[in-house]
Amino acid sequence: MLRFILRRIGVMILTALCLTFVVFFLTNLYPNLEKLSKTQGDMRMSDEQVQFWLQNRGYDRNVFVKYGEWLGVLPGYVIEGNDGEVRAKCAKPGIAIEDAPRFCGVLQGDWGWSTRFRENVSGIVFKRLGLTGWLMLAVMCVMVPGALIIGVLAGMREGSRMDRTLSTVSITTTATPEYVSGVIFIAVFASSTVGLKWFKGTATTAMDDITWENFTLPVLTIALYGMGYIARMTRASMAEVMTAQYIRTARLKGVSFTNIVMKHALRNALIAPFTVIMLQFPWLLNGVVIVESLFNYKGFGWTLVEAAGNNDIELLLGVSVVSVIVVLTTQLISDIGYVYLNPRIRIS
Amino acid sequence: MVDQLTWTGALGTVLNPLLVIAAIAFAVALVAQFVAGIVYAGQRVQIAPDGTAVTPGMQGLANRAAKYTFLALVAIVLAYLLAGMALADRGAGIIGAVSAQLAPVWIALAITFAASITFKRRLGLYGQLFDSVIGMVGFALVAFWFYTALFTGVLDLIATHDPLTQVSGMKNKVPGTPLAGAEEGDFAWYLLGGDNLARDVFSRVVKGSTIVMAIAPLATLFAFMVGITLGLPAGYYGGRLDTVLSFLANLILAFPVILLFYLLVTPEIVATGIPAYMAAVLFVFPLVFLAVLLNSRYHTQPKVRTPVLALVMAVGFWLYASLVSEWDRATWVDVWPAWMDLFDVPGGVLVVFVSVVFVNSPTVFRIVRGLALDIKTRDYVAAAQTRGEGPWYIMLWEILPNARGPLIVDFCLRVGYTTILLGTLGFFGLGLPPESPDWGSTINEGRKLLSIYLHPALPPALALLSLVLGLNLLADGLREESLRD
Repeated sequence: MLRFILRRIGVMILTALCLTFVVFFLTNLYPNLEKLSKTQGDMRMSDEQVQFWLQNRGYDRNVFVKYGEWLGVLPGYVIEGNDGEVRAKCAKPGIAIEDAPRFCGVLQGDWGWSTRFRENVSGIVFKRLGLTGWLMLAVMCVMVPGALIIGVLAGMREGSRMDRTLSTVSITTTATPEYVSGVIFIAVFASSTVGLKWFKGTATTAMDDITWENFTLPVLTIALYGMGYIARMTRASMAEVMTAQYIRTARLKGVSFTNIVMKHALRNALIAPFTVIMLQFPWLLNGVVIVESLFNYKGFGWTLVEAAGNNDIELLLGVSVVSVIVVLTTQLISDIGYVYLNPRIRIS
Repeated sequence: MVDQLTWTGALGTVLNPLLVIAAIAFAVALVAQFVAGIVYAGQRVQIAPDGTAVTPGMQGLANRAAKYTFLALVAIVLAYLLAGMALADRGAGIIGAVSAQLAPVWIALAITFAASITFKRRLGLYGQLFDSVIGMVGFALVAFWFYTALFTGVLDLIATHDPLTQVSGMKNKVPGTPLAGAEEGDFAWYLLGGDNLARDVFSRVVKGSTIVMAIAPLATLFAFMVGITLGLPAGYYGGRLDTVLSFLANLILAFPVILLFYLLVTPEIVATGIPAYMAAVLFVFPLVFLAVLLNSRYHTQPKVRTPVLALVMAVGFWLYASLVSEWDRATWVDVWPAWMDLFDVPGGVLVVFVSVVFVNSPTVFRIVRGLALDIKTRDYVAAAQTRGEGPWYIMLWEILPNARGPLIVDFCLRVGYTTILLGTLGFFGLGLPPESPDWGSTINEGRKLLSIYLHPALPPALALLSLVLGLNLLADGLREESLRD
C-alpha cells in the first residue's frame, strides 16, 4: 500500500511539473508577453519599447531558464536595464536588491508576484480559496445527500415508474450546464421585473456575509449539474446490488422491503458513488469558475478568469498548481478509499 | 401599423384555461404517484384474469391519472402548435407565429417519424429506438434542432431577420414588438423581442443552431478518430506504449477545462500559430485511421486495395491540406498552394474546433482503451490471432465492431458535452467573434441585463438545454435498446 501511494505521489509530481510547464510555455509566448507589457506599461508603446520593457524584466530569456527560476532551482535574475535601473526577480517592492535572496521560487515557498492585483500570489490564492471553500462546502452539503437519495430511490426498484421519473430528472440536470441553469434561476427567482424575487441575482455580498438570500442560487446552480451524474451512478450501483443473491435470500426469509434497502443494500451500494463523488471535484472546479463569474463572487474561479484574461503569469501558475493538486489528490483519495471500502479489491 | 403580438393571441382565450387545468391536474397526479410509490413500495403488480398486468389500489389510480392528464397536456400543446401553424400571425400570437415560421421543421419531423415508425423493424438499432418513449423524445429534440439548422443554414428559411442587423428603436423590446420602420417584405415583428444591440432574438437563436450543429458533431467525430487510433493499440499491445499514452491522456484530463480554454483560445495564441500546428497534428489521425482501416482489410487483395486506398488518401489529403494550410499565413504548415485550397477556416473557428477535439479525445481514448482491454481476451480475437491476422486487422475489424454499442452511446453523450463546451467558450467570450449568434455568446450578452430584461438570454439557454437534453435522452434510449438484445 505504501509503495502504491509513493508511486502515485511520484506520478502526481511529474504531472504537476508537466502541466505547470505547459502553462508557463503558453503564457510566455511572445504575443502574450506583448499584451502583458502593454497592459502593465502603456497601451501605446512602440514595438521597440515593448522589447526594452520585456528585456528589463527578464521576460525575453529562454523559457527553460525562466521556468527554473520560477521553480527555484536556478538563481533569480538581476538585470541592469537600459534605463539604468537594476531589477531583480527576488527583490519585492520594499526590499533592496542587495538584501534580496538569490533563489526565489516555489521550492523556497515564494509563489511570485501578481501583476494584475499587485500582491503576493500566495496571499491572493489562499484568500480566494477560502471564499471558494465556503461555496464548495455548501455545494457538497446540498449535492451529495440529494444525489444519494435520488439514486437510492430510483435504484431500489429498477424499471418502476418512480425510477423512470427520477432518472429523467437526473438526466435533465446533467443536460443543464451551469450557465443555463444559472440564467434560468436568476430569471425565475431573482428577476426584478417578473419572477419571484426570493433571492438575489448576485453573490457579491456573500463574500463578507453569507445569507440564505445571496448564497442559495450559486450553490443550487453548481449542485444541480453535478447531482444528476452522481445520482445516476448511485442508481446503477443500487440496482446492481438489489439483484444480488444475498438480497434475494433476505427477501425469501421474509425481511421487509424497507429493512432490506436500509440494512442490507445501502452500504454496499454506496461504495461506487464514493469514487464518483471524489472524481466530481475537477468538474466542480469548472462549475465554480462559471458560477463565480455569473454571480460575481470573487473566489478562486473568478481569480482564474482574471489571471488568464490579463496574462498574469505567476498568478495563473499558482492557480493551476492548486487546481492540479486538487484534481490529483482527489483521484488518489478515491483510489485509496475504494480499496478500504471494498475489501474484495487488493492492490498488487 | 401592426399591433403588438401577445403570447397566445385569440387562440389563448380558448386554450389557456384548458392548459392551466390540465397542468394542475398533471402536477397533482405526479405528486400522488410519487407518494404512492413510496408508501406502497413493497406492492406487486397483479395479473388480472384476462392476462393483463394491473397495479391495484391507490397507486394504479395515480398512475392512470398521471397518464391521462399527461396526454391531455400533450394534446393542448399540439393544438397550440398546429392551430398556430394554420393561423400564423392572424390571431395565434407569438407562439403561433413561431410555429408557422418553423413549419418546414414540423413537416420534416412528421415525415421522419412516420417513415421510421413504419419501417422500424428493418432499420436495425435506429429502428429499435422507436420502441422506447425516452429514445423517441430524445430523437425528436435532436432532429428538431438538426432540421432547424439545416433549413436555416442551407435553405435560409426559418430566420425572420438577419441575425447581425441592428434596427433602431428595437433595443431590448419585449417579445412580439412590431418592427420599427418596417418596409414592404420585412417580417413585421421581432417575435422573441430585441436584444441589447437591437437585433432579433428569434433569428439569432435559430442561426445559432447552425453553428452548434456544424461544429459539435464534427468535432466529436474527430475526437473519436483520435481516441480510437490511439486507444486501440494502447489497450491491445499494453506495455510501455500504454503507459506513455495513458500518462499523456491523464495529463490533459488533469487540466481544468476552462484553464485550458483560457490558455488556448485567445487571439494571442491564434497569432502564434499554435492552433494551426495542433490542427496539423490532430487532423492527421483521421487520415491514419482510414488508411490503416482500408489497408488491414484489403492488403491480401492488392488489386482492390491500391486503387481504393490511393483514391481515399488523395481526397482525404486534399481536404486535410485545405483545412490546415493557409498560404498567406506562411508558417511551416502552410505549404499547400492557394489555388488548390478548397476552403479556409477562420482562425477563431479553427481554434475552437481544435481545442474542443483536444479536450474530448483523452476521454474517448480511455473508453476505447478500456473496451479493447476487455474485448482482446475474447475467443474470437484468439481465433483471429490463430488464423494469423495482423494486429491492426484484429483491432479495427474484430475489436472495434464489437465495441460499437458503448461507443455509439458515448458518441451521443459526447456531442451533448461538446455542445456544452462550445457554450462555455461563448459564455466566456472566447474564440468566436462577439457578434456571433452562437448560443453561448448570446447567453453571455444577455446575462448582463438579466435582472431587467429576460428575453435575450432565456431563448438561447433553453435551446441549448433542449438540444443537450435530447442528446442525453437519445443516448439513454440507445443504451436501453442495445442492452435488450
